[in-house]
Amino acid sequence: MKTLAERTAAQRPNVALTALLSLAPLAVGVIAAFLLQAVLAPAVGPFYAKLVLDVGIAILLSVSLNIVNGFAGQFSLGHGGFMLVGGYTAAYLTYYGSIALWGTAEIHGGFMEGGDIFFMVACVVGGIVAALAGLLVGLPSLRLRGDYLAIVTLGFGEIMRVVIQRTGDVLPVAEAKQKGMLGSLTNVGGSLGFTDVPQYVSPTPWLEKTGHAGIFFTYIFVAICVVVAFRLKASSNGRALLAVRENEVAAEAMGVVTARAKVTAFVMAAFFAGIAGGLFGHQSTLSPSELGFQKSIDIVIMVVLGGMGSISGAVLAAIVLTLLPEALRNFSQYRMIIYALSLIAIMIARPQGLFGTKEIWETTWWRRLFGRRTKAEAP
Amino acid sequence: MNFSGWTNRSVQTWLLTAVASATAVAAVSCNKMGGDKNKSQNGSNAVGSNAPAKAETGPILIGHYASMTGPEATFGQSTDNGVRLALEERNAKGGIKGRKVEIKTLDTASKASEGKTVVTRLINEDHVVALLGEVASKISLEGGKVAQQFGVPMISPSSTNAKVTELGNMISRVCFIDGFQGYVMAKFAKGDLKFDKVAILYDQAAPYSKGLAEDFTAAYTEMGGAIATKQEYTAGDVDVAAQLGNIKTSGAQAVYLPGYYTDVGNIVRQARKQGVTVPFLGGDGWDSSKLTEIGGDAIEGSYYSNHYSFEEQRSEVQDFVAKYKAKFGQVPDGLAALGYDAARVMFDAMERAPSLSGNDLAATIAATKDFPGVTGKITLDAKRDAIKQAVVLQIKAGKPAYVTSVAPKGMDVVMPATGSGSAAATPAPGAGSAEPPTGGAAPAAEPTPAAATPVMRGASQDKTEPAKKSAGKGDKADPDDGGE
Repeated sequence: MKTLAERTAAQRPNVALTALLSLAPLAVGVIAAFLLQAVLAPAVGPFYAKLVLDVGIAILLSVSLNIVNGFAGQFSLGHGGFMLVGGYTAAYLTYYGSIALWGTAEIHGGFMEGGDIFFMVACVVGGIVAALAGLLVGLPSLRLRGDYLAIVTLGFGEIMRVVIQRTGDVLPVAEAKQKGMLGSLTNVGGSLGFTDVPQYVSPTPWLEKTGHAGIFFTYIFVAICVVVAFRLKASSNGRALLAVRENEVAAEAMGVVTARAKVTAFVMAAFFAGIAGGLFGHQSTLSPSELGFQKSIDIVIMVVLGGMGSISGAVLAAIVLTLLPEALRNFSQYRMIIYALSLIAIMIARPQGLFGTKEIWETTWWRRLFGRRTKAEAP
Repeated sequence: MNFSGWTNRSVQTWLLTAVASATAVAAVSCNKMGGDKNKSQNGSNAVGSNAPAKAETGPILIGHYASMTGPEATFGQSTDNGVRLALEERNAKGGIKGRKVEIKTLDTASKASEGKTVVTRLINEDHVVALLGEVASKISLEGGKVAQQFGVPMISPSSTNAKVTELGNMISRVCFIDGFQGYVMAKFAKGDLKFDKVAILYDQAAPYSKGLAEDFTAAYTEMGGAIATKQEYTAGDVDVAAQLGNIKTSGAQAVYLPGYYTDVGNIVRQARKQGVTVPFLGGDGWDSSKLTEIGGDAIEGSYYSNHYSFEEQRSEVQDFVAKYKAKFGQVPDGLAALGYDAARVMFDAMERAPSLSGNDLAATIAATKDFPGVTGKITLDAKRDAIKQAVVLQIKAGKPAYVTSVAPKGMDVVMPATGSGSAAATPAPGAGSAEPPTGGAAPAAEPTPAAATPVMRGASQDKTEPAKKSAGKGDKADPDDGGE
């Protein structure tokens, strides 16, 4: 006769194997990123490769904002600010760090060599700094909700923008060497933007020129972000967030520590926004005007359009809202009118967003098209 | 739960959305065809004929990327009008080497990141042989990087930041750079108005304004003038009473205010209320019809430097103004003139170039010499920046009136028959000036220590790195930035 402990141990799955299997989606993501870069990008040419890149960054932003706005139901307008913080941190590290390490601000080494690794680390550090900023913004959000929270996060973004605007010019290489990294802390370009950052994130088909594998890097981060979002949604922490969104008082009564849940959401979202900022800063010039209020609104639109809390919705909305303005570019001045009109039309037709709070495979039409995946919701 | 009802509604709403979007697109595209046939058709033609665009007999396609929407939309639209006018003229004359010219304009929505996308698209999807654009330096910097990477020649009509042409040999421009403007006003204040003490009030958050203030200071003190006081403001400030008070007590004979027209208008109004009676001086950020709307009577008698004046009597200017008025029904601003010049310099180079390949064309553009542009005689220097004169305008009866032209150091001012028309349009300058206006030829003859230096690099001859010095000045962060 086995003891209870033995019996449960026998039923418990192999921890190592489970851990390994749990990495499978991530591995798929990395492979997909690799294929996008190595197969798709050369096939479609630089322009469409650039769009693929833009879409990747947009997905990263909308999926991460979805954690705060969608899962936790907190209305944040600070995503542009987090992007700014992360982007400037990463760009500062790669520009002045490259000068300190290699004596030049050019791209260093080939694919996955020194420069690329350094750039990836810089992006993650940017994410961490942005996460700390998220913590700062998240703490006061304990007492605020709705419009008030939106104002606080908006204020945060504006403060960041103004602070960056007051910084000095980017130092040229010789001067930067002389002053050292700490000495050039405030020289991030002011309102003209952080120019001359080594362009590690470039759509140029990779291996055509060393270090150009922007799509690959971007989609690795996208894969991580999407997997984290799905895991979070399925976890108890994620359900706590959903509970906070649905009814904060009830959630608290059920034992959810609402304060911690909300701050966690802020920190996670800010982390990925920071990384997105880092990627953005290495493919285009970071400028405070571009990552201001308007950028935050653009990301909120993606989340709202995709459906609050729907990860696949956020992904789809990011794709659509990045490609739509591009497709409409031939309409010149009328472009933004059409863009806005389509948004209005979609929101009238689907006030809950494209998929509501569901994922794409949970929607009725998907099941009708691709067969019933689950029977849970059969009447 | 009953899902069928929800489903039906869902399908309906989806249909509705699709129909609504389709209608909107169709309606606007029809509207577009009717209203502005040229542009839209060019666009669709170009898309359709991607592959044969390189053929030797087909039309030559040039890309123009401009801010047709967004906060800088008026800049992009004016420039595009100028470009279209030049295009029409060229095609009427039989095009280039017997081939028709087409220009495809794409919108950058005043965003630098979109500029990069647009230029990538023009080069790789539309296979343009050359590019025109952008107005804003920050967008030109992004677009220029791509143009340089793919080896497509680009002419910027009006990006004045020094860094733009430093991107590489493919990039040129037909306007002067930021540093020169500070010098122009300093020279005018010291040489023509004979002021010895000028106060400065600048926008500390805008590199454009900050940069001009620095360049003005350097040039003015070098010429022997004194800066009475230096005050700061931030764009959008409602109350600048303290700064104006300091300026009033400093005994300055004029105030250099290199800001954008909105702030300038408000500040000047306040200044007059506070009893600051001296004239104000400014840069091309003042160039807007809104300036006099906002400034009203207060701005009367103040001066600013600009790229051109529609009152200049040179035949190029008068021809251009007449044609532009006939086509678009309005007086062309500086940006339209620069767009017109940029396109004509491009066409001219294409005609002269041995082939339309990137390197040949870029080299031919860089060799442009004494091109009779609307905005002055255009000669590109070793850095592919245009060396040419600037004009000084005075607000008279709510309109900018031509006062004089200021040439770069070591060059002569190009004038129509001396003194003829311009004298009539040039009343005695400024309230504070005791001296009569010096004629058109005077500025160039003004003895300055560096007068013999042949190449103009702003006023900062003594600086070791003039390019880097002015690198941060082309700020386009401000929506009303006129100082492109």
